[in-house]
Amino acid sequence: MRLLEHQSKKLLSNFGLVFTDSTPVESMDEVRATVERVGLPVVLKAQTPFGGRGNIGAVRFAETVDQAVTAAEVLLGMDVRGTTVELISIEPKLNYEREFYVGITWDTAAKLPVALLSLAGGVDVESAKSDQVARQSFDPWTGLAPYKAREMAATVGLTGNILVGVGEVLTKLSGAFLACDGVTMEINPLVTTKDKILIGLDARVEVEDEAVYRQKERLEPLGELTMTAAGRPPTPLELEAQRIDVRDHRGVAGRVVEFDGDLALLIGGGGASLTVFDAIKAHGGNPANYCEVGGNPTEEKVAAITSLLLSKPGVKGMAVIMNVVNNTRADVIAHGVLMGVKAVGKKPAETISLFRVPGNWEAEAREIMEAAGVEVHGREVSLDAAARLAVERNRAHAA
Amino acid sequence: MLLEPKGGVLVQGITGREASRMVGDSLAYGSNIVAGVTPGKGGQRVHEIPVYDTVAAAVEKHYATISIISVPPPAVLDAALESLDAGVQLCLIMTERVPQMDTSKLLVAARRAGCTVIGPNSLGLIRPGIAKLGTIGGRVDNVKRSFKPGRVAVLSRSGGMTSEIASYLTSRGVGQSIAIGVGGDAIVGSNFTELIELLEDDPGTDAVVIYGEPGGAAEEQLAARLKQKPSRLRIVAFLSGSFVDDLEGVRFGHAGVIVEGGRGSVRGKVKALREAGVFVAATFEDILQGLKRET
Repeated sequence: MRLLEHQSKKLLSNFGLVFTDSTPVESMDEVRATVERVGLPVVLKAQTPFGGRGNIGAVRFAETVDQAVTAAEVLLGMDVRGTTVELISIEPKLNYEREFYVGITWDTAAKLPVALLSLAGGVDVESAKSDQVARQSFDPWTGLAPYKAREMAATVGLTGNILVGVGEVLTKLSGAFLACDGVTMEINPLVTTKDKILIGLDARVEVEDEAVYRQKERLEPLGELTMTAAGRPPTPLELEAQRIDVRDHRGVAGRVVEFDGDLALLIGGGGASLTVFDAIKAHGGNPANYCEVGGNPTEEKVAAITSLLLSKPGVKGMAVIMNVVNNTRADVIAHGVLMGVKAVGKKPAETISLFRVPGNWEAEAREIMEAAGVEVHGREVSLDAAARLAVERNRAHAA
Repeated sequence: MLLEPKGGVLVQGITGREASRMVGDSLAYGSNIVAGVTPGKGGQRVHEIPVYDTVAAAVEKHYATISIISVPPPAVLDAALESLDAGVQLCLIMTERVPQMDTSKLLVAARRAGCTVIGPNSLGLIRPGIAKLGTIGGRVDNVKRSFKPGRVAVLSRSGGMTSEIASYLTSRGVGQSIAIGVGGDAIVGSNFTELIELLEDDPGTDAVVIYGEPGGAAEEQLAARLKQKPSRLRIVAFLSGSFVDDLEGVRFGHAGVIVEGGRGSVRGKVKALREAGVFVAATFEDILQGLKRET
């Protein structure tokens, strides 16, 4: 779960980290009063769960109240990657001397959290020269030791109070990362003022979705949270698929991503979904969606997702392709698909381009689907070949 | 150890729906499950296997060197520490949606205890004709159809694709020495690099098929290792999800599948593996061609 900037700052302040005071504003009525209270000059920033705001004009500066009002008018309602900006933040514009990047994320190769410090603040830490970057993975049981953090600061050439201060920021941020089940926590830029005070101008926090259940007390005071894990906001179809998936905890029949094509896909498990989607595209097909079915979902769940995918405008037919199933029952999938097709008033034989779910209970599944006039294939037809057949059949349906 | 799943097996969370079914299927295939543990349910039996309240009580009565963990996500870390305390040498974690923090912590503890961890989010592993750990293959009739003994190892980040690839190889007359679902998460106990290191010393394995996906660094890590120290094993890779490369920042099912700024992209992984001399199959059916190729 990605937090907005003002939420990220609020969360991290609880761990003793210091930021510019960011006031969230959601309507034009509040702009003037907020600017007067904050004091000119000000920075106005669109609150979106994406990085790179500076490059797309989503961060603006104002020297006068009128400039601030004009900037707010542009930002509120602005489109950022398909999301409408509904919230901006207003904060004092700070004069600063140096800027740094500090961040904590996961090193999946070391299987440990890793702290990063870069002298090149503001820009991507990845593109900084190697002698300007320090990285240090640490034990999640004990955290990043303060002396290790100071060593990082020394590695990139920091000295004096700045060395000590940056070390403290790294230690506190790593503490926040461990306490909050972080995926990514960044302060970028972290700046020094002319009084040699270290302060964060921007913060970015992502908390792991799988751990949100135990972070409720920390997350609730932050206000409404964006459920978008990444990318773009979910479409109504994707939201409905999520609802279907969580309504019943047994198995997975969701993780739908919508595309523009005419061939609905009921595919699974995870790896086979990726394989089939690639293959459908390679054979010239146009998928209407990506999805993952697995973990032995119930008939009702499969039926609901089938109906949903078939009700998308422009969809000509659906392919049902899964890998050799281990614990999912092929006959349950077959029953569910038929229920779902019938629920939207379509005929299975004309709608399902093919059914390829070998493995557990496949003989039973074959019987069910063939009785409904659907073309059935077993494991002798590979995922790739099944995708090719699905594209051909759907073309025939569309014609 | 990993290659001898004949050792005594303990199942943590044995009274759960999926675990209980897995125990039935595994016993039918010949796996040596000796005890189960579910706190508060000591004294019960699952498929005739005795259930204990604690791992300590189970190992007092039974000799077990392997533990399978199938408990709810919040209980996984504690369950793993419990089996490490009992001296288990191989721990298979089947549970999905384990918080990464817990995985990282338990791997630190496992490293100290000298225990090999497979998973989390793993369907298990199988040595065809000998034994299986976990739900891999499902019902025994399907297990026997999908997996046949042979000399090719299958390592896969997707549980389903483990069986799909093995089944495809079996249908083309190519048997497997072992098949392992390494787990779908970005951080797992044993990934391609560690497992190929083990297989290097296995006289029963000549070649390895790996299945990779977007996200994580397992493929890049293997490529780096092979460049440093070439393997005696013939390695064939199949990677799917290249369409995800064009959807920057969109998260897909497997927890680890996050692509940002080119890191973890399928394109990058394919390039790294090819440069390290690995045959990367362009389509699923090219896997066989890669195995037959003279090296």
